[in-house]
Amino acid sequence: MGANSSIDVGYIAGLARIELDPADKERLQHDMEAIIGYIEQLSELNVDGIEPTAHAVPMTNVWREDRAGVPFGRKAMLANAPATIDGELLKVPQVLPGEGMA
Amino acid sequence: MSIDTKKMTVAQAADALAAGTCTAAELCQSYLNRVKSVDGQVKAFLKIDEADIMARAGESDKRRAAGRPLSPYDGIPIGIKDCIVTQGQTCSCASKILEPVVSPYDSTVVARLKAKGFIPTGRLNMDEFAMGSSCENSAFQKTANPWDLNCVPGGSSGGSAASVAASEVPVSLGSDTGGSIRQPAAFCGIVGLKPTYGRVSRYGLVAFASSLDQIGPMAHDVLDAAIILDTIGGHDPKDSTSLPSPCQSFADAVRAAGNETLKGLKIGLPKEYFNGEGLTPSVKQAIDQAVETVKKLGAETVEVSLPHAKYAIATYYIIATAEASANLARFDGIRYGARAESPDLIQTYFKSRGKGFGDEVKRRILLGTYVLSSGYYDAYYLRAQKVRTLIRQDFENAGTQCDVILTPVTPTTAFKFGEKSDPLQMYLADIFTIALNLAGNCGISVPAGICPESGLPVGVQFIAPAMQEEKLLKVARIFELNRQVREFFPDL
Repeated sequence: MGANSSIDVGYIAGLARIELDPADKERLQHDMEAIIGYIEQLSELNVDGIEPTAHAVPMTNVWREDRAGVPFGRKAMLANAPATIDGELLKVPQVLPGEGMA
Repeated sequence: MSIDTKKMTVAQAADALAAGTCTAAELCQSYLNRVKSVDGQVKAFLKIDEADIMARAGESDKRRAAGRPLSPYDGIPIGIKDCIVTQGQTCSCASKILEPVVSPYDSTVVARLKAKGFIPTGRLNMDEFAMGSSCENSAFQKTANPWDLNCVPGGSSGGSAASVAASEVPVSLGSDTGGSIRQPAAFCGIVGLKPTYGRVSRYGLVAFASSLDQIGPMAHDVLDAAIILDTIGGHDPKDSTSLPSPCQSFADAVRAAGNETLKGLKIGLPKEYFNGEGLTPSVKQAIDQAVETVKKLGAETVEVSLPHAKYAIATYYIIATAEASANLARFDGIRYGARAESPDLIQTYFKSRGKGFGDEVKRRILLGTYVLSSGYYDAYYLRAQKVRTLIRQDFENAGTQCDVILTPVTPTTAFKFGEKSDPLQMYLADIFTIALNLAGNCGISVPAGICPESGLPVGVQFIAPAMQEEKLLKVARIFELNRQVREFFPDL
C-alpha cells in the first residue's frame, strides 16, 4: 500500500471493459485517488494471524436433491436479448477480426 | 364506498378487509388515487401498472367472497424496489443498461408475497444498482422526501421509503447492502428492517455485493415489518446462502409484546458511535431521548465498545466494490439490456458498459477492479476480509455484555439535493449502518423523534446478534409504543 498504490484509471477501466471519454477519465481519476487515500487507513491495523471473513454466514457444501426440473423456456429467456436470430440464438458482433461473415 | 388509506398500516388494512369495511379493489384504488395525487412531487415510482393491480384486486375479492382468502393479507398492495424481480414487469435497477429488461420470473420474495395474496405494486426508484445513499444516482428521476420535497429520501431504497412515508403503499420491500433500508427509513420516518444475512432469499434480487445484500421490509410500524418478514423469510432451495431456520412467528411475538416493558434487558451503547464527530445536535438529542425512554421502560444501559467501527467504511468499500465488479461483469450488452452497437465484440462491451452505467456505478466497478487487480489483492481485498473478522468479533464481544445495541442510524437528518456532491462524503453518511452488514447480524431503524429546527424525522437503530429477530422486533415494538413522539406522518 502507500506510495505504490497509485491508480491509473484508464488502465483499470480497460480491465473492467468500460469506455470512458477524456472528461470522465479525468474526473474519475480525481475521485478514485481520494477514495483510495481513504481506504488506505486499513494499513494502520495489524492483521497478522487474523483469519479472513469471506461471508457473513459460513455455509459450505450446500447440496440440493438431484432432481430434474422444468427450466425456463428459451424464447422467454431470449426475449430480453438486444439481438437474436429468430428468437432462438443470441446474435453478437463478429468475435474474431478478419474477413466479414458470410 | 371509499376508504381513507392515508396512515393505514398492513394490520389495519387486513382488519378492514376482514370486517368487510372495504374490498381489495377499493383499497387498491385508494392507494392508486394517492399515487396519482402525490407521486408527481414524490417521484417514488418508476413504473406502476394500474390494470394489473386492479385485476389482482378483483381476483382477491372473489377469493374472499368465496370464503377462501389466501391469508388475512389477501388484497393488500406492497411496493417493490426496482432491483427485485416481478414476473412480467420491468426490472431496471434504475440503470440505463437494464432499462428494457422485463423479468420472465418472480423472485422468491415476490412469489411468497403473491402466495399470501399481497399485490406487488409498481417499481420503486433507487440509486442505480443500489449504489448510493440519496436516490440521486437513479438514471431516471430524483425521488423527494415526503417530509420536505427539497430533501433526499435517502438511499439506496429511497423510492421504497418515500412511497410508504407518503402513504402511496402501506408497505414496501427494500434491500440493504450497507444501510440501504435503514438509512432511508430514518430519513423518511418509517421502520426499516435488515434481517440477519441469509434469513431472506436473494433469488431474484439483482446482486450488488452478494455477501452483504439482504432484502427487508419498510413499513409504518414494527408489526407490519414482522408480518412481511414472516411472509418473505425462511429457507429457499434456490439460494444456497439461505438459512435453514423457520421464519414465521415474528408477528405473533410482536403482537404479544404490546403490554410488555424492557425490564431485565441490557442495552449496549457503543461509545465510538456516541462520541464520534459528525453526529449533529438534533440527532444526538433524539437518540439521548430514546435512551431515556428505554431506561424508563426498565432496561439497563451499558457502555460497550466497537473498537474497529471506524474502519467499517473503508472495509466495506473494498469488499462491496470487489463483489460488485464481479457481479456487474454480466451486464455487457450481449444477453439482456441495452447494447451500444459496434462492429466488433470487445468494442460492444466497452461501449455498452460506458454508456449504460452511471458515474457512481463506474466508480465502484473501477474501485473493485483495482482492489482485485494483480499486485493489490493482498494489500486491499485480503486485508479488508481480515478487518471484517475484527469487526465481527467486536459485535460478538459486545453481544456478551448486552442483549441488543442501540445506536443512531445516521449522523444527520435528510440532506438537501446536491448537498453531498463529493462521493466520499456520501459514503461517510453510512457510518452507523455499514458495520452490521459486514458482521451479518440483524438491525432495525425505528422513528425516534423530530428535529425541532427542520421538522425532519430522526431514527434510532437497534442491533441484535444473528438470528435474534424476535428479540430485536420485540424491543423495537416496545420502544415504538412508548416513545415521546407517537406518530410519524408527513403533512403531504
